[in-house]
Amino acid sequence: MTHPTQFRYTKEHEWVDLEGNHAKVGITEHAQGELGDIVFVELPTVGTAVKKGENLATVESIKAVGDVYAPMSGTVVEVNTQLESSPETINQDPHGAGWLVTLEVSDLSEADSFLDAPSYEQYLAEG
Amino acid sequence: MTPLATNSTSPRVNLKMRYIANTGADRRAMLAAIGLSSLEELFHDIPQEVKDRFQPLELTVRSEMEVAQVLKELSTLNSCQQSSISFLGGGVYDHYIPSVVSHITSRSEFYTAYTPYQPELSQGTLTTMFEFQTLICELTGMEVANASIYDGASALAEGVLMAKRIVGKGRVAAAQSLFPHYRRVLDTYCWAAGIEVIEIPYTNAGACDLTALPQDLSSLVVQIPNAFGVIEELKGVKERLADALLIVVTNPISLGILAPPGQFGADIVIGEGQPLGIPASFGGPFLGLFATRERYLRQMPGRLTAQTVDTEGKIGYTMAIQTREQHIRRERATSNICTNSQLCALAATVYLASLGADGLHELATLNLEKAHYLAQRITALPGYRLAFEAPFFNEFAVRVPTDPQAIRARLKEERILLDDPRFLSALGAPNTLRFAVTEKRTKDELDRLVELLEVI
Amino acid sequence: MNTIFDHKLAKGVGGLLPALDVPEQGIEKLIPSSLRRTHAPRIPNLSEPELVRHYTQLSKVNYGIDDGFYPLGSCTMKYNPKINEDLARLPGFANAHPLADEDLIQGSLKLLYEASRYLCGIAGLAEVTLQPAAGAHGELCGMFLVKRYFEERGEEKRKRILLPDSAHGTNPSSATTAGFSATEIPSGKDGMINLATLEEALDDTVAAIMLTVPNTLGIFEERVLEVTEMVHAAGGLCYFDGANLNAFLGRARPGDMGADIFHFNLHKTLSTPHGGGGPGSGPVAVAQSLVDFLPVPRIVKDENRYRLDWNSPHSIGCIHSFYGNFGVILKAYAYLLLLGDTGLREVSENAVLNANYLQESLKQTYPLPYERLCKHEFVLSGKGLGEGISALDIAKRLIDYGFHPPTIYFPLIVPEALMIEPTECEGKETLDSFIEAMERIAVEAKENPRLLHEAPQYAPVRRLDQTRAARQPILTYPFDER
Repeated sequence: MTHPTQFRYTKEHEWVDLEGNHAKVGITEHAQGELGDIVFVELPTVGTAVKKGENLATVESIKAVGDVYAPMSGTVVEVNTQLESSPETINQDPHGAGWLVTLEVSDLSEADSFLDAPSYEQYLAEG
Repeated sequence: MTPLATNSTSPRVNLKMRYIANTGADRRAMLAAIGLSSLEELFHDIPQEVKDRFQPLELTVRSEMEVAQVLKELSTLNSCQQSSISFLGGGVYDHYIPSVVSHITSRSEFYTAYTPYQPELSQGTLTTMFEFQTLICELTGMEVANASIYDGASALAEGVLMAKRIVGKGRVAAAQSLFPHYRRVLDTYCWAAGIEVIEIPYTNAGACDLTALPQDLSSLVVQIPNAFGVIEELKGVKERLADALLIVVTNPISLGILAPPGQFGADIVIGEGQPLGIPASFGGPFLGLFATRERYLRQMPGRLTAQTVDTEGKIGYTMAIQTREQHIRRERATSNICTNSQLCALAATVYLASLGADGLHELATLNLEKAHYLAQRITALPGYRLAFEAPFFNEFAVRVPTDPQAIRARLKEERILLDDPRFLSALGAPNTLRFAVTEKRTKDELDRLVELLEVI
Repeated sequence: MNTIFDHKLAKGVGGLLPALDVPEQGIEKLIPSSLRRTHAPRIPNLSEPELVRHYTQLSKVNYGIDDGFYPLGSCTMKYNPKINEDLARLPGFANAHPLADEDLIQGSLKLLYEASRYLCGIAGLAEVTLQPAAGAHGELCGMFLVKRYFEERGEEKRKRILLPDSAHGTNPSSATTAGFSATEIPSGKDGMINLATLEEALDDTVAAIMLTVPNTLGIFEERVLEVTEMVHAAGGLCYFDGANLNAFLGRARPGDMGADIFHFNLHKTLSTPHGGGGPGSGPVAVAQSLVDFLPVPRIVKDENRYRLDWNSPHSIGCIHSFYGNFGVILKAYAYLLLLGDTGLREVSENAVLNANYLQESLKQTYPLPYERLCKHEFVLSGKGLGEGISALDIAKRLIDYGFHPPTIYFPLIVPEALMIEPTECEGKETLDSFIEAMERIAVEAKENPRLLHEAPQYAPVRRLDQTRAARQPILTYPFDER
């Protein structure tokens, strides 16, 4: 399984690593593969409040722009500033060093609709 | 619809059009391959109702020779600058264009190419784009320049929209001393984008009066030299703008002598590139210059070329950061611009390269000296004085003792052309004539003008 | 590739400009030091032979229509008649100053007036503005007109522009630049607009629909009359993107299909050269209901005199410094005179014949997702041609066969799209050699995919690293590293 089992996933191809009320967010292995070589990442500033489904970050390859939507509502408490100088980290390690943002989430029940790794991969397989 | 040009009366044999290669036999073979029996069947998907409504132009075919004649005759109806001495300016200048410029731009590998979407077949266009970007940065003192916008006025409008995206405030302050055509285009774009344009008056010295600068601006637009030819001090302006961006409209030839706007904290520099080897051509095609700071790169409109390497490590060029552009970002693109003014940018590149840094300085000096010679001679005449006591480059405004229209009409009889003083009175400067003096004006022509003014 | 900056910087070259013939006063006296440049711009001083060789060499690593087949879909890369280049350089035209008195520029005004009459005739619409400098500029002008139209009617709530998902990227971008929001409507299985989907999207917040006819798949919207009727019935306007006019030139008119606004691309349909990325010209024709809003000045004819009319109180204002790209419009005008009505018909006839012949021949080898009679262009898919083979690979391999590649990855609704537009100018012989190359590439894709992945081999440069260009963009010459 290419997608770690400890994470939860959205149909918009984000992964969420929930610990307490902190949610670390990134894009999936599948998403980075679809985008190709990532060349630029636009991240929110720490302190930004977002609602679930709002634009959280933008990930660009040469020929495409991928929107990353907030999987949960909350406040941005940490961003992966390393990506600004080395966006290719997302391609190399999307589920680890290529994380995007950590949110302090306000409503944990929003996680209920997430997929687990097998369901996400099944979702991908169904295309 | 009535035919407009005189129709040819000679009977014409049914020859195929000159720019089509297929023969009748080719067409028959191709139709057979498709499985159709007539050319008309190729259009069966167009509703009959639409086809029935069609009306032709009633335009006969003409030979190349005849068309050349029609156009030559039309061109002679332009009695304009053929035998005239032009002091027309206002943003479009009569500079000498070195012969080499049109020889290079006439190479069809350049002018019959499309936008360089396939970089491996477009290294010529892309390399010259890269040279152009570099030259514009060198002239303006900015960090990045795009491959061009349509013209100076649309470049300004794009700059103001960009400032709004960055700063987020819906107001722009524009100097009253902008050329009117810049202001008109700006007004249209701002109306559509919901941006309020606030006019900044000018002082007795013809410079922007910044004493009561409005709040909540996304940008301030200043033109140097301005519509009166005045070179304003930019020092200290940026510091007064809070978070608003400083947009400077410039004349690229003047930058052979003048300090680049980038030196004074300009955030966006705009210009009309026509003076750089592009003919007046009744106002187009021209060349919008657009340069900014590296930190605003992602908000910039228009195409960019970047240096890179091929798989063997050889240096080459390719369009870059296209994710800003409409073909990728669609409704969220930084601008809808696609086709811009590449061939004019090539002309400007060759023009600047043919001058070199030394030549550009020499050219700007010729303009400066000749303009000042004329200004001093005119203002030595009784009743004539400079409208503004301020430094100028190759264009200046003179307050005249009698009706400026009468003076202008009298000079026109002698085939000496001046800008219409209505343009200046509309900017609040009545009884004023403007003179643009380029390197093409000889001392004899300048003296002749002064002699005529003396007796009017 | 060398740039001019790779040549030495320091060396004065004279002989271009005359000596100063008025008494010299000196820059120091005329311009205060605070306003003067302290460092010269880094522009090399080359001799003319060096300069000419530099740019001649660069021209040789460029590919234009004069070099060969250029089937770039949506771009209508047709031959640019040589005579038009000469005519644009006639001194009477080239030297005309836009602010000169009208009596001195009657030739330019007459040409613009007559060109606008012809363009109205081709569009089947009431009036035209020549100001837009490119197709996208025309779209923007059109969107401004839509905006003013509804402002004047007090219907500011009409904020939405509908467009099919096959639309050019400029369409949604032009709509939002003019302050509208863009609503995409999915195309039907036949590649055309689905009337039920359209019906659902239409309401009293819709300002206009932006249609491309034929659409970007090269398919004529057979229900175009129903579409425009439905939009009109809902109180909206119909904007037609004229990028594909070559498909029905001389035999149908957008105005007769229900268009209220139509933009031309003179640099596509009417043969003016594209210049490696402009200048173009994008005149906009409108129905009577929108004439009052057109940009100023309008070019009008009184008896036998032509003048600029600024008196148009409802106008959107100006969108160009002056009157549009005169030098481009002139070439389109000459082209119309050269072709006449019969020539215009021959254009669409041969353009559509060529496209269908290519489509028919290539669909054996490449997937054709929307199979039906096409107009001036069609879209193949490069998907499934071979392991890991992309449209990009096919495009780059075509370069090795001496052809300019088609448009790739557009329209977005076709995976690995290859959008092919042959234009009327190509003969069967050229088309057959292109077909042969495409067939050979399809075989190579299976038997020797490396040839595709590593293409081009025979271009001036090998495949360029676009990722590097995007990650650390070098946008000006790196003087400091020299």
